[in-house]
This record gives sequence, structure tokens and C-alpha cells, in this order.
Amino acid sequence: MYQGRGNLPPIELRSGSPIWTNLFTLYGANIMGERKVRYLSLEEGGFSLLLLAVAIFCLVIAGKTWDQVLAFHTALIALASLAGIFFIFRRYFDGNNTPAPLEINGKPNYNMAPVKFATWASVFWGIAGFTVGVIIASQLAFPALNFDLPWINFGRLRPLHTSAVIFAFGGNVLIASSFYVVQRTCQARLPGSIAPWFVVLGYNLFIVVAGTGYLLGVTQGKEYAEPEWYADWLLTIVWVGYLLTFLGSIWRRKESHIYVANWFYLAFIVTIAVLHLFNNASLPVSIYSTKSYIVWSGVQDAMVQWWYGHNAVGFFLTAGFLAIMYYFIPKRAERPVYSYRLSIVHFWALIFLYIWAGPHHLHYTSLPQWASTLGMTFSIILWMPSWGGMINGLMTLSGAWDKLRTDPVLRMMVVSVAFYGMATFEGPLMSIRAVNGLSHYTDWTIGHVHAGALGWVGYISFGALYCLVPWLYHKKSLYSLRLVNWHFWISTLGIVFYICAMWVSGIMQGLMWRAYDSLGFLEYSFIETVDAMYPFYVMRAFGGLLFLAGALIMVYNLIMTVRVGEAVESEAAGQPAMAPAE
Amino acid sequence: MDATYTALAHFAQTGGLLYFMAIFAGVILYACWPSNGERFNDASQIPLREDD
Repeated sequence: MYQGRGNLPPIELRSGSPIWTNLFTLYGANIMGERKVRYLSLEEGGFSLLLLAVAIFCLVIAGKTWDQVLAFHTALIALASLAGIFFIFRRYFDGNNTPAPLEINGKPNYNMAPVKFATWASVFWGIAGFTVGVIIASQLAFPALNFDLPWINFGRLRPLHTSAVIFAFGGNVLIASSFYVVQRTCQARLPGSIAPWFVVLGYNLFIVVAGTGYLLGVTQGKEYAEPEWYADWLLTIVWVGYLLTFLGSIWRRKESHIYVANWFYLAFIVTIAVLHLFNNASLPVSIYSTKSYIVWSGVQDAMVQWWYGHNAVGFFLTAGFLAIMYYFIPKRAERPVYSYRLSIVHFWALIFLYIWAGPHHLHYTSLPQWASTLGMTFSIILWMPSWGGMINGLMTLSGAWDKLRTDPVLRMMVVSVAFYGMATFEGPLMSIRAVNGLSHYTDWTIGHVHAGALGWVGYISFGALYCLVPWLYHKKSLYSLRLVNWHFWISTLGIVFYICAMWVSGIMQGLMWRAYDSLGFLEYSFIETVDAMYPFYVMRAFGGLLFLAGALIMVYNLIMTVRVGEAVESEAAGQPAMAPAE
Repeated sequence: MDATYTALAHFAQTGGLLYFMAIFAGVILYACWPSNGERFNDASQIPLREDD
């Protein structure tokens, strides 16, 4: 025991914590007559140094670059890093950075504040992404809406839309739900007090940097991998933090078995890390330039891009959201998953097969035919795990089908699984070379993607949000199930409008492109095919508008749930008390 | 160059196939092994019993 100076009481090392967490113990604070001992944990010190290094690196670039967008972005990242250091040290000087207890009264003391942040971030980005979607759909129907402005033309808004809905909306849903599910199924608090916030805030900073970059004309031009090298580096650092935080919770688990949802989340996190690194192995032309070039050349680059692109679908939009299915549907239906054995086979079969399917995006290109045939073959084999998983999700309702009538949230999630089945049936079909010859580069692809994105990813996310918000805020139920019903039917009508319009216009487009007249000339000029699609573009924009309207109803419902929803009576009956806000 | 390619392709088509099939067979055996049934039933209850 260390004896303090003079008449001050002795300092006790923080009980129960290993000696190295006290490495940064600073001594001798005496504020307002009250003796306080301050600790800077290794985690806080480490993050401060990391953020300081990032801030200095970014400030140097911001000061020396000739590229205005890079100056803006690096200044933004530097500011965010300095703000992070400020908050770490404000907690430190206020003396309220004592680590939250891992357990209170023998129950795990979950860390739900970052989950709440990511939940509302996903709501915000969802509305933003759907709105941009409606705008670009309208631009296709009415080109005058481009207003001849570079920042809001279709070419720049389109990646903004895809990134906003996939990475911003979907990504925040995945981060929120993964942090929620891993804590509760492992009965363990997320590790660290800074790390979860670093992940959540860092990820959203990446979204802002990527999105504003598109509007200002900065892009790698690779689908779903548009952010330039510096944004990619930022995401890499954040993603390592995500992986470690997630693994840390699993490491601490009280349950000996790791629940299947966590396997899917882990596959999503690990695979996205690998894909991101390989597809963004680019060298900037200068550290002071936004422009970079990929190290792979020509067809290898195309191959890596679609290996990445298809596995972004397979591991971001499928594995991650299947994790949501495996937790939220059993939880909401109050029944265990139909077959746990099937879920294990589903997991391993899905991750083994998906990784090979990418080359089907490159039929009739300079990629060797055997490679695209391999991708096509694996795509068709994927029917089995996809439908196995769908059956597992749907049959969880077996014996409780009446809940579909009474619980619109559960209905939303079950319809989402049905859309998953439909989209994963259509996908392998479209990967067959002969079908692809008709469907590729047409709106059929867009319709297919939206059956999966609006139906599967959108609905399972809405279902998860409708579950999460009352749980996180200790409310008995949602503000209004009637509004969920309205959301469900309006959005479903929107999806039907959307995908039917795209099926018709896509197949029409493909057939017009390949139509020859009796003399062997092309029957239609390109502009005639564009003209023919006009009514379907209008229908598609209308469908998107309905989907956005449904989502706005959800936002109102979620906000009202928090504001006026009836609280769960006793803490004992509900979830354990939360730690004070950090 | 050609020899390396042929050797690698040969390995991928035989060794790789056997390797992946063996792993998959292992997964099926693990999932279907009768004595694991009790564990899996217990695991499927994890989301439902966590409120206690």
C-alpha cells in the first residue's frame, strides 16, 4: 500500500483490476478540498495516443495538400479525433471515468448507450438514403431534375444512395444489433469504455467522409467500394476496433455455447475486413491527393472487385442480417429457432459457398470462361443453404402462425424472410450465363437487388428496430401497432410497384437490345429503349416514394415510443439497470 | 510458369476439393451427431432465457 504525502489518506490501487490498468494512475489531485484520485486506464491512454497520431497525420495533410476535398476531409477527421481526446480527458478531469461494473446484483451490466446511438443513426441514415433513392429514381424519369448541377447529378447521387442504404443504414443496424445480441447472448458487458464508442462514432465519421466525397466528385469508381484510400484507411482502423470489441464480449461470455447469431455476425465482420483490404489495396498518387490506383491490373482488378462486390452482398447484406433473423425472430415469436442443427449446417454451407460466387458478375468479359462458370456453379449450389436458412426462419413460427395476424412486427420479419427466399431464388437464376446474357446491364438487375434490399434487408432491419427501441428504453411495447400495420402495407405496396416495374422494364430493355430486323440490323436505337422505359421509371419512383412514406411512419412511431410509451413497471421484471451515461 | 500453374490447378482440383469436402462432412457429422442434440436444444433456448 502506497502512503500518500503529508496528511492525505493513502491511495488504494483500484481493487480487483490488474496492476497494468493502473499504469497511468496519476497522483495528487485535490479539487475543492475533496481528495480525488484519478486514473487514466491503458485503454483511455491508448485511444488518446491513437487519436493524437491520426489528428497530427491529418493536420499535416490538410495543411500541405493542394486538393481542396482532401483538405476538407482530413481537417474533419482531425477535428473529430481532437474532439475524441477532449472527451476522454474531460471524463478524466471530472473524475467520472471509473469503469462501469461488469455486474450489478449478479446480473450483467450491459452497455447499451452505443447501441442506442447506432440505432438512431440507422434511422437517420435510412431516411436520408431512401430520400436520395426517390430523388435519383425521379431523375431517371425526369432528367430535368439533375438541374445541371454537378453535385446533385445522378452519377454522384447514385453511390450516395447505395452507400447510405447499405453501409449507413444497414451498417448501423448491424452494429447496433450485433452489440445488443452479443452482450445478451453471452451475458457479458462489451469490453472497454472507449472502444464501443470509437467503433460507433468512427464508423459514422467514415460514412460522412465517404458520402460528402461522392457529392464533391471523389470516387474510386468501384461499385460499393467508392470511398477513396484515406476513407478506406479510416474504415480499416474502425473495423479492427469493431472486431476486437465483438470478440472481447465473446471472450467474456457466461454461456459456454456461442449462439448461432454471433457466428453469423463474426463471419460478417471478419469477411468484410478481408474483402475491404484486398479490394482497396490502392496506392495514392501522393499522400496529398485524393486519387489512388489499385495494385491489381486489368481483369485481375475486375475479378477482385466482383469477388468483393458479391461477398458484400453475401456477408454484409446476408450473413449479418441472418444473424438478426436468428436472434430477433425467435425472441419476438417467443419460440426457439426451428432447428438448431440446420442453423449450423446453414452457417458453414453459406460461408463456404458464397465466397466463390463473385465471378458470375463477369460473364462475357475478358475473365476466362472457366472462372465465370465456376462462379455460376457455386451460385446455383447456393440455392440449398439459402433456402435451408429461409425454411429455418419461417418454420420457427410453426405452431404459432396466428402471431402473424396479431403482431405486425413479426409479420414484417417473416415477410422479410420470404423476400430473402425469393431474391436468393432469382439470383442464382440470373447468374446462369444464358439468362445473364439477357438480364445483365438491364433494370432486371436493379429490380433483383431491390427485392433483396427493400424486402429482405429493409424489413428485417425495420423489425429489429421495432424490437430494439422498446427494449432499449424499457418500454412495454411500441407506441402503436396500428402504425406498424400501416408501415407494413404501404411499404409492401411500394416494393411490389418497384420490383414489378423493374422486371417489366428490364426484360423489355434486354429484348429490345437484342432484337434484329429481317436484314440483320438492330431493330431499335439505344434512345428508343430509353424512351420505352419512361412509364416504368415513373412507377418505380412512385414505389420508392411509398417505401419512404412507410419508413417515415416508423420514425414517428419509434420517437413516440420513447417519448410517451408505457415503461416496464419494475426493474426486476425487465432488464437490469443501465450504467450511468458515459 | 506453366508448370506452376498446372501444379496449382491440379492441387486445387484434387486436394482443395477433398479438403473442403472433408471439412463439410465434419460439419454435417457435428451437427447430426445424436449426443449433441441435448446441447443444441439447450443452445437454441439462449435468446429466450436471458432475461432471468
